[in-house]
Amino acid sequence: MTDKLKIDRKFMPLLATIAVFALLYLYGFSQYKGMRQPQAFFNLFINNAFLLITSIGMTFVILTEGIDLSVGAVIALTSVASAALLEIYGLNPVLVIVLMLLMGTLFGGIMGAIIHFFKVQPFIVTLAGMFFARGMCFFISLDAIPIKDPLYRTMALSRIQIPGFERAFLSLGAVVAIVVLVVGMYVAHFTRYGRSIYAIGGNEQSALLMGLPVGRIKISVYALNGFCSALAGIVFSISLLSGHGLYATNVELDAIASVVIGGTLLTGGQGYVFGTLFGVLVTGLIQMLIQFNGELSSWWTRIAVGALTLIFIGVQSLFTSSRKKRQALGRATLKESESRSAVPIEDKLTTDSA
Amino acid sequence: MTQSRFSWQQLRDSQLFWPLLALAMILLFNLFFTPGFYNIEIKDGHLSGFLVDILNRGSVLMLLAIGMTMVIATGGVDLSVGAVVAISAATATVLINPALANELISSEELIKDVTSTPLWICITAALLVATLCGLWNGLLVSRGKIQPMVATLVLMVAGRGIAQLITHGQIITVYYTPYFFIGNGYLLGLPFPLFIALFVYLCTWLWARRTAFGMFVESIGINARSSFLSGINEKNIKLVVYTFCGFCAGIAGLIYSSNVKSADANNAGLNLELDAILAVVIGGTLMSGGRFSLLASVIGALVIQSTTTTMYAVGVPAMAASAIKGLVVLVVILLYSEQTKLVLTRVVERVGARS
Repeated sequence: MTDKLKIDRKFMPLLATIAVFALLYLYGFSQYKGMRQPQAFFNLFINNAFLLITSIGMTFVILTEGIDLSVGAVIALTSVASAALLEIYGLNPVLVIVLMLLMGTLFGGIMGAIIHFFKVQPFIVTLAGMFFARGMCFFISLDAIPIKDPLYRTMALSRIQIPGFERAFLSLGAVVAIVVLVVGMYVAHFTRYGRSIYAIGGNEQSALLMGLPVGRIKISVYALNGFCSALAGIVFSISLLSGHGLYATNVELDAIASVVIGGTLLTGGQGYVFGTLFGVLVTGLIQMLIQFNGELSSWWTRIAVGALTLIFIGVQSLFTSSRKKRQALGRATLKESESRSAVPIEDKLTTDSA
Repeated sequence: MTQSRFSWQQLRDSQLFWPLLALAMILLFNLFFTPGFYNIEIKDGHLSGFLVDILNRGSVLMLLAIGMTMVIATGGVDLSVGAVVAISAATATVLINPALANELISSEELIKDVTSTPLWICITAALLVATLCGLWNGLLVSRGKIQPMVATLVLMVAGRGIAQLITHGQIITVYYTPYFFIGNGYLLGLPFPLFIALFVYLCTWLWARRTAFGMFVESIGINARSSFLSGINEKNIKLVVYTFCGFCAGIAGLIYSSNVKSADANNAGLNLELDAILAVVIGGTLMSGGRFSLLASVIGALVIQSTTTTMYAVGVPAMAASAIKGLVVLVVILLYSEQTKLVLTRVVERVGARS
């Protein structure tokens, strides 16, 4: 009985997100004709393919109690670098894609290594990484570079029919995103690596004492996120067929918001890759509703996403307050025993004042 | 010999040492590679040159860094200052620009030297709105018990939207000369924003160091729970600190919008929050909270601003400069990290032992 209650509690944020998505979609369904077509639903995947890919990478990072602010910049850098390599240097597109993925992985890995070996907060390191990647875009080119490569063009125009629906299709990028989602879910929930990530996010110290290779896993998580960002960058540049340093601004915020709305705790150790899908869908849906409305300006999207993030953080803290309280109690007793030496000073102070 | 080692230790342990060293290195770089960097001439009765420009542009960053230092000292962070700068700039300009009244106006009328609201109301309103933003952050952090990074992220995401709402999505231009004085004026030959920043710095210093407030802030940053147990009202101090940070961002927004004579909700104060945090980090205040130094943060702001100005002087495109800024910051962070300090101490000890 108590076991069942526990599971309910664990799934609650995820269920809440799905409910929000369903309600919003029903609202749109009843209000706008355009949303009644199945294609409207699939457009959510097409428009947000790159956001979904990068958010899945971000989910892993946040599960280890880290954060990566550089994803938007890496997406932009990938778009510029691939455009430059294709158009100015005339490299083979397949080679370019491989190079970009390598670059992203390496970039993330280096940041992870700095975070781990120098014990600097992930927030600061990835902030510097973001500055660096954004700036590099403009060292490559100040203007947008259009991509004319035939393979990229074919990929951009390809439509994948969905069986069962007459006129519904997905773009190649959306299919890639769904594949990444499935792989991400498998890695997070069915592999030893995924378990280790959850363990590190839950309590790094005990993960270390358990004998898990904490450093290696943390670095690899950032590398994985770098890979996802680069992949998102490729999908992004295929859909836009150009590269520029100002693309994908604020994507890191959207990704973090999506992960949070998807029910992953920013304190690490709890959450689902599947939830991130709904986080992305909800943010995409808000954007779509505002577009369909036509009267509201696009900046309402930002306000709505901000408000929704806040609400979900509130929901999270409600659902986890009991867990946290227990943890805090444990921590307080630990700290007390640690800082015995401080007690006499306090005693002295009180006697002095007395 | 022990004497010299002692002073070296003292010097290295001082929070001012590293930021000053960084500043000296940048200025030294300019001495060799940027011709004309140290030229100061008198133009229209005031000083002008790269150094004056750094002080002028740097004052916005200094103000943000002062507010941010207090927040970071409590172990928090405020990501929303850039958005608050935009909101404050939007509020002030929308009150000045007669276009707010939604009446048809000719372009002649638009560039007339007028304001639709008295200046003091504009300034007060902008500062009030910014302070309210800070209060909101403070409430979320202290009463809502939300992680500071996340709580302020909300306003960072939504804040630019709010600024857009205020300006009706337009870039508002102002042509009111008295307002320009805030960001463009000169006093005693030096830029006026510098005086604002110095005034705020002095007030904050008095507040933090001549009352117990600074001590409370540090004690919360070191251990919030034990401060609470020793009778410090942890919640209210956090609330005040975030509110103050919003207030500082409000002043910065006024200077910023007055300097460029307009308010662009999308781009005003873009990435400023990052610069402000970096200034504090360069100033040696730990992100985990605790000991802070306002002066070191101000010098940190100068370091960031001189790096930026140097980039421009050397001819790096404005957008590309951030790559080098990122590298500089990374080097500084690595220099500050405990691991590097450990290695450095060992090297110094070995050298000392050999001599």
